[in-house]
Amino acid sequence: MTTSATLGITPELIREHGLTLDEFEKIKTLLGGREPTVPELGIFSVMWSEHCSYKSSRVHLKRLPTCSRRVLQGPGENAGIVDIGDGWACAFKIESHNHPSFIEPFQGATTGVGGILRDIFTMGARPVAVMDSLRFGPISARGGRKFLADADSNVATSPAEIHRNHSILEGVVGGIASYGNCFGVPNLGGETKFEPCYSGNPLVNAFALGLVRKDQIFYAKAAGEGNPVIYVGAKTGRDGIHGATMASEEFSQASEAKRPNVQVGDPFLEKLLLEACLEAMQTGAVVGIQDMGAAGLTCSTCEMGARGRVGLEIEMDMVPQRETGMSAYEIMLSESQERMLLVAQKGREEEVLRVFQKWGLDAVQIGRVIPENTMRVLEHGKVVAEIPNEALTDDAPVYKRPLERWEPPVAREVPEHIQLGMTRDLTGDLKNLLASPNICSKRWIWQQYDHMVQTNTVEGPGAGDAGVIRIKGSQRGLAMALDGNGRWCYLDPRLGAMHAVAEAARNVACSGATPVGATNCLNFGNPEKAHIMWQFSQVIDGITRACEELDVPITGGNVSFYNETLGEGIYPTPVLGVVGILEDERKAVRPDFREAGRAIVLLRASEPGDAIDAAFEFGSSEYAKEILGELWGYPPQLELKGEAALQKTVLELAQAGVLDSAHDCSEGGLAVALSECCFQNGVGAKIELSSSDLTAVCVLFGEDASRIVISCDPSLVSAIKQIAAKHGIEADLLGETVPDVLEIKLDNKVVISAPVSLLHGAYEGSLQKALSTEPDLATMSSG
Amino acid sequence: MKFGVLIFPGSNCDHDAYWTIQQIAKQPVTFLWHESHDLENCDAIIVPGGFAYGDYLRTGAIARFSPVMESVKRFADAGGLVLGICNGFQILCESGLLPGALMRNIGLKYVCKPVHVRVENADTPFTSACREHDVLNIPIGHMEGNYFCDDRTLAELRQDHRIVFRYSTLEGEITAEANPNGSLDNIAGICSAGRNVLGMMPHPERASEPQLGGTDGLKIFASIVASFAASRETILSR
Repeated sequence: MTTSATLGITPELIREHGLTLDEFEKIKTLLGGREPTVPELGIFSVMWSEHCSYKSSRVHLKRLPTCSRRVLQGPGENAGIVDIGDGWACAFKIESHNHPSFIEPFQGATTGVGGILRDIFTMGARPVAVMDSLRFGPISARGGRKFLADADSNVATSPAEIHRNHSILEGVVGGIASYGNCFGVPNLGGETKFEPCYSGNPLVNAFALGLVRKDQIFYAKAAGEGNPVIYVGAKTGRDGIHGATMASEEFSQASEAKRPNVQVGDPFLEKLLLEACLEAMQTGAVVGIQDMGAAGLTCSTCEMGARGRVGLEIEMDMVPQRETGMSAYEIMLSESQERMLLVAQKGREEEVLRVFQKWGLDAVQIGRVIPENTMRVLEHGKVVAEIPNEALTDDAPVYKRPLERWEPPVAREVPEHIQLGMTRDLTGDLKNLLASPNICSKRWIWQQYDHMVQTNTVEGPGAGDAGVIRIKGSQRGLAMALDGNGRWCYLDPRLGAMHAVAEAARNVACSGATPVGATNCLNFGNPEKAHIMWQFSQVIDGITRACEELDVPITGGNVSFYNETLGEGIYPTPVLGVVGILEDERKAVRPDFREAGRAIVLLRASEPGDAIDAAFEFGSSEYAKEILGELWGYPPQLELKGEAALQKTVLELAQAGVLDSAHDCSEGGLAVALSECCFQNGVGAKIELSSSDLTAVCVLFGEDASRIVISCDPSLVSAIKQIAAKHGIEADLLGETVPDVLEIKLDNKVVISAPVSLLHGAYEGSLQKALSTEPDLATMSSG
Repeated sequence: MKFGVLIFPGSNCDHDAYWTIQQIAKQPVTFLWHESHDLENCDAIIVPGGFAYGDYLRTGAIARFSPVMESVKRFADAGGLVLGICNGFQILCESGLLPGALMRNIGLKYVCKPVHVRVENADTPFTSACREHDVLNIPIGHMEGNYFCDDRTLAELRQDHRIVFRYSTLEGEITAEANPNGSLDNIAGICSAGRNVLGMMPHPERASEPQLGGTDGLKIFASIVASFAASRETILSR
């Protein structure tokens, strides 16, 4: 090729680009034996990064179920799309922005939200909801102990770390709020969890969902030789160069220096880009469109070409630039935000350009579609990179990395010093559990998010199991929920992952919606370590099993490896987002007890296990973590057929309109679930339980799977039992709703009794209290 | 009665107001683009919520210079009905159609939640369907809703009964705890001397359908429609 001189590529330069020498040899082969130019080396380095190429995960991801009669678009596009009826489809996806959010929490989180929103509207769908799954290190001294792989004892989180975790959380929440509020998309909540392992590795997983008419979906596919390639949106700057590569390595103390790699978001510009793109699509002159996210112009150029089996030729001089003197290398690798690349019909460019002009956005033709399946980059008219599209996409390396079964350094049996049967102040325990970071109200967070804009929010963030929106102009509604449980996946990755799918789907079902699709965000440590790769493989197996059994195909998602700082990894943390359809949004079911005098029933899929099982499983509960400060045993067992039957039961009951409320029983067990049902309307409950041979703490706070607390008209209990029995589900009458007080009797003895207002106070105030209590930095250890 | 909803770049409650007027209040409605001077013979103008021009510089500071606002000012001066919601209220203050300013919330954070406001003056075209001291449940969603004006202006507003809404408890008590953003005198909405321009921080369009949590907001739209019809009758009967 006629190209600028290669600069003599040294092994150092290759390493700096995150490529191995073997990978470099492969690049040369794919280029027909020649050395890459420096811009080409940069292009390969980002496209072959773990973040873009999925080189470690691809062999495993293939096992996921991705099809159903409703799935219109599975993995491989910007977002998955599911048919939801009435001519509507919804596009949704979840994506991580973990690394940038650690380095610069506010901007890292904003650009995470911005990126996922672009993934949605690039498909022609207007974003109608976002949610987030967030994980941070401890924000108070309580519950802040680490379970280290290489240490016998637990280590307390230092005040300095707590202080930093506060600022990461506040920055991330502020960033999400700032972006979503200005863009004008309601935030329906999600989840926020705290564990010591996320101290140096916060997880910020952003989910977005959009609506599109089924016949108006757009794809990121180029076509038509000679068609113009048009660049729209923000100008290209030097920000975010090598962002994708950064997300593909572990953190060290030098990571602070990578702050300039984090991009800066502008939600106002994105809002204009949304309106302009949707309007431009309406002209009928847009052939294909893709956002510029990770790996920026490089990724959109080669992927659009590859999907359409054509090539894109672009000229760097035409790219709108924010800074002077940018090289082709920098322009191709920049991850400046709020940019899109589209292919228009030749001769109709003006129609498209006029729309962008109306919205005050840059839109310029920077190239054209060529017949060769090649990405060609010109600078001042000279070719500086010419790479077959496949070399960057399908031919990127795929690794079948070694797997090694791994046991967590955690006792499987109840530690000797723990007496589960000991008499305790169980009301006090409940109060403390309700105030614990993983269970307490996250109002301080979601009140900063506009969750009402677009006037579709039927069920916003808060006590609800799922977010619910109505669809204007249709009777239908959509429910969505995010769920993950890193601690359970740490104890048993396969079982933990099954729980994540089951709980997200159960949350959706509790709102009365039928789960129809899922997206996953897989957060893991370094895949080059065999035990991490084993965890990953186990998790994929678990998700696959659960998705098949519950009939929720995975339509897309994202893998985030290298969540390690100084060699210490996070719990394996798959986060599942499940979307469901409500045939009639007026039948949406809320989690709260409505009034006194109603029956309270527990739907459950299985018998409580025997005392020994229950004690093993209790070690993975929030109670063990928060109240006992311990971790042992296994996650609760999960029987997927029973889980599916349970969800069918609650859906049938919701459909029949016999439910006052339905609430998933999860973290903190039955006592916490019952408390949560009381809060919204200040309605209490009188409950009678029998212990069989289980200890009181296991009955009250054990986290057996596949259970839902419902309330209803007392005269409907027998009908509900019949419907449940038809599905093989037990329906136990637990008691009734009463004014103001929660009272739980176990074997005819009152074990918990408290005014609802007292429990509610503990639940509501604690997050803000923890965040406004600065750790004692005087005792701070150095470093 | 024909409504016009302004669209600035960055408006994001424009479609919500449009929907409520068309589908719930059942009135004709059209969008008006910020670069146009033409108000298309609308009888009432809604300046919607959102982040007009990205709220760069200061909320509403750039929007006031848009061509459409020149027309809105002339329309208001001639007695036309103008309702500014949230960012719209901020724009009306910046435009000089209403006195005072909206500063950053006292907690320095964006706040989105339902609040109670007490109707202080039911004798305006925007509140005629309410009674004085009715308590309405309408959500807010803003970062800059902390109303401020100088003492003289506050005295004037009070004397002329131009304070239309104040944040209150459910029982209608005006307390510091009921004030979500630090507003002077718990002010949530004020009107012009001519009563034809209203700015309010709460979003009535978000409280106009039962499944969204309430219908108190619809009273504002119903008031506008009823007042307009009444004013028409007055003119016709002359």
